[in-house]
Amino acid sequence: MGKERAAVLGVGQTKYDTTYPGSMAGMLREAATNALEMSGKCWDDIDAVIMGKAPDFFEGVMMPEVYLAEALGCVGKPIMRVHTAGSVGGSTACVATSMIQSGVHETVLTIGWEKQSESNAMWALSLPQPFATSVNAGAGGYFSPIIRRYMMMTEAPELIGCMVALKDRKHALNNPYAHLHQPELTFEQVVESPMLWDPIRYSETCPSSDGACAIVLGSEKVAEAHDGPVAWIKGIAMRSESGSFAGRNMVSPAASEACADDVFAQAGIHDRRKEIDAVEMYVPFSWYEPMWLESLGFAEKGQGWKMVEEGATSIDGGDLPVNCSGGVLSSNPIGASGMIRFGEAALQVMGLAGDHQVDGAKTAVGHAYGGAAQYYAMWVVGADK
Amino acid sequence: MRDVAVVAFSQRQEAMINTESEVEFMVPLMNEAKDAVGLTQQEMGFTCSGSSDFLAGQAFSFVMTIDGTGPVPPISESHVEQDGAWALYEAWVKLQCGDIDTAFVYSYGKSSPGSLRDVLATQMDPYYVAPLWPDAFAIEAMAARQMLDQGVVSEQQLAEIASRSRAHAASNPHAVRTAPKSVDEILAEDYAMAPLRPSDLPASSDGGAVIVLAADDKARELCDRPAWIRGIDHRSDAHTLGVRDLTTSMSARIAAEKAGIGNDKIDIAELHAPFSSSEAVLTKALGLGGDTVINPSGGAQAAHTMMASGLIRIGEAAQRISCGDADRAVATAASGPCLQQNLVAVLEGE
Repeated sequence: MGKERAAVLGVGQTKYDTTYPGSMAGMLREAATNALEMSGKCWDDIDAVIMGKAPDFFEGVMMPEVYLAEALGCVGKPIMRVHTAGSVGGSTACVATSMIQSGVHETVLTIGWEKQSESNAMWALSLPQPFATSVNAGAGGYFSPIIRRYMMMTEAPELIGCMVALKDRKHALNNPYAHLHQPELTFEQVVESPMLWDPIRYSETCPSSDGACAIVLGSEKVAEAHDGPVAWIKGIAMRSESGSFAGRNMVSPAASEACADDVFAQAGIHDRRKEIDAVEMYVPFSWYEPMWLESLGFAEKGQGWKMVEEGATSIDGGDLPVNCSGGVLSSNPIGASGMIRFGEAALQVMGLAGDHQVDGAKTAVGHAYGGAAQYYAMWVVGADK
Repeated sequence: MRDVAVVAFSQRQEAMINTESEVEFMVPLMNEAKDAVGLTQQEMGFTCSGSSDFLAGQAFSFVMTIDGTGPVPPISESHVEQDGAWALYEAWVKLQCGDIDTAFVYSYGKSSPGSLRDVLATQMDPYYVAPLWPDAFAIEAMAARQMLDQGVVSEQQLAEIASRSRAHAASNPHAVRTAPKSVDEILAEDYAMAPLRPSDLPASSDGGAVIVLAADDKARELCDRPAWIRGIDHRSDAHTLGVRDLTTSMSARIAAEKAGIGNDKIDIAELHAPFSSSEAVLTKALGLGGDTVINPSGGAQAAHTMMASGLIRIGEAAQRISCGDADRAVATAASGPCLQQNLVAVLEGE
């Protein structure tokens, strides 16, 4: 008995946008069909579907896996629904990987999605609760003091966040699926965009998107028989912790560090910055790039912002390109956002990332977080077994 | 497959828990299950839960409940927006990967703050069906009518199922509908939603359940008589009611076959059948015969805790094996209208 190897055979996405021009079922079907096409598999080959998305209130459909059974080819098959806050896309891919590592299934379709245009996320997040005060400030209101704390601790220059935002929007220009394509955007415009939640400016936040991302996973046997590149899954990890307790490190939560330590140990990675060729990390607010660079061990504590300043995370000459797809800052279909990170990491090592391909990428990381920065999911994928 | 067993189970079901939040009533249940095996949260290899934001009336509601586990330092954890039986399935898969020996599973639901039969309308196709706000009981009644028309079941048989549920529930302290009623008394009830009578409907309840799973020798160490999960599988039917044969359940039949139900005789069955008619569908799909005691707890009809009823069926079946009342049992969990999705677990003593 031991863990079976698992690999990514295909990744499929929809064009991320404010409004997807079709039904929820149609949107998922499009992403799934694209993933199947790349994997060379058909619906009959799929043993099970593992679906993930953020709160049901975002579309107003309770437990939508029930309604989506036909669209996802699940009549007579297993379908599961994962929900772990913003990290859900990553967690869903981890659960799907477990289905293969355990030997339970050979070929699995996993899909993350959100159709924010069906409802209103700010409303869904602000439903009044008895005995509790509503934040009513959205996620930015929650994260801005944490970002300010990071800036104080590290003495990072005020405009590091703006540099991240501009870099990710430039990266997005090379990704046809990205929601925001802003070729004319300048650094000055980012700096001068309205301050929403000090120190977070409008241009330093993610958009509200519709979209789905699907991944076809296969066992070693299935992957070996695949005619085309695959991404071998070298490690998966999930960690959760309480959102508030005395002494909690809000800037680099223990769950984040534990998740990274676990996944890199599984993958046999020792020098994280040197051995990783591309990172897709969950950065919904620009400052989270330097914060996660430190928390995930790519930079020493207090040094993450210097990597941004030096351009180390840019696809143009950086040694650790981060979010070559444009990241969450350029597309945020919430329940899909983690899955997109995982799928884009896989595309990099498969050599199929198109115009945002990192030359010769062999090992890549997908990362997602959620809740009060308390839920984490990560995977490491490689071109070689 | 690795041998994995249920080694601890705790539950609470009441008609209405209106003075405690989900976190408040889950903490004692979590502690009860941990104490039963002497494990702390940090000693659990994996944790998985099931719940629904639509019942809690709050987005990310499970984020509150995870605090009940005491996840400091951080834990390896996941959540499904499904009945806890699917959380148990995910934990079972994780145990099959081989690098952990224990898992902690819980789920809960409070449907009393709203009208569950209306809330469930939002599960239907959001474009063509949900806007009509179909009543959840009416949909089940439609399926029951089809069964009666085809002679699959009679009103007498439905009343027998409802009467037996009440009789069994009388000895279950966690059941909420425990008053005995004879078949004749039930047949004399006015229809609630023809052809279903009040006794054919589920007695709605609030509550939750916790199960601890352990593998191989760890299970033997933690429990005198572990309830081994010999097979577990889940399947879905189509959602569109018009394309399904509502008098039978393909998903339950396939899941039961995959779980190996037919390998030996089944002593007891705990079926997630909220309606008398759904029990008739499941007993047929699972091929259960006269030797099997159906729903010794009274089943989901006697206490229907949305999001936990399926997990409780597994716990009830496991408990009867652990105490020696049964050697082989089957438990099912369901989701969606008219038993659209079914999970089947076959459990055995050693």
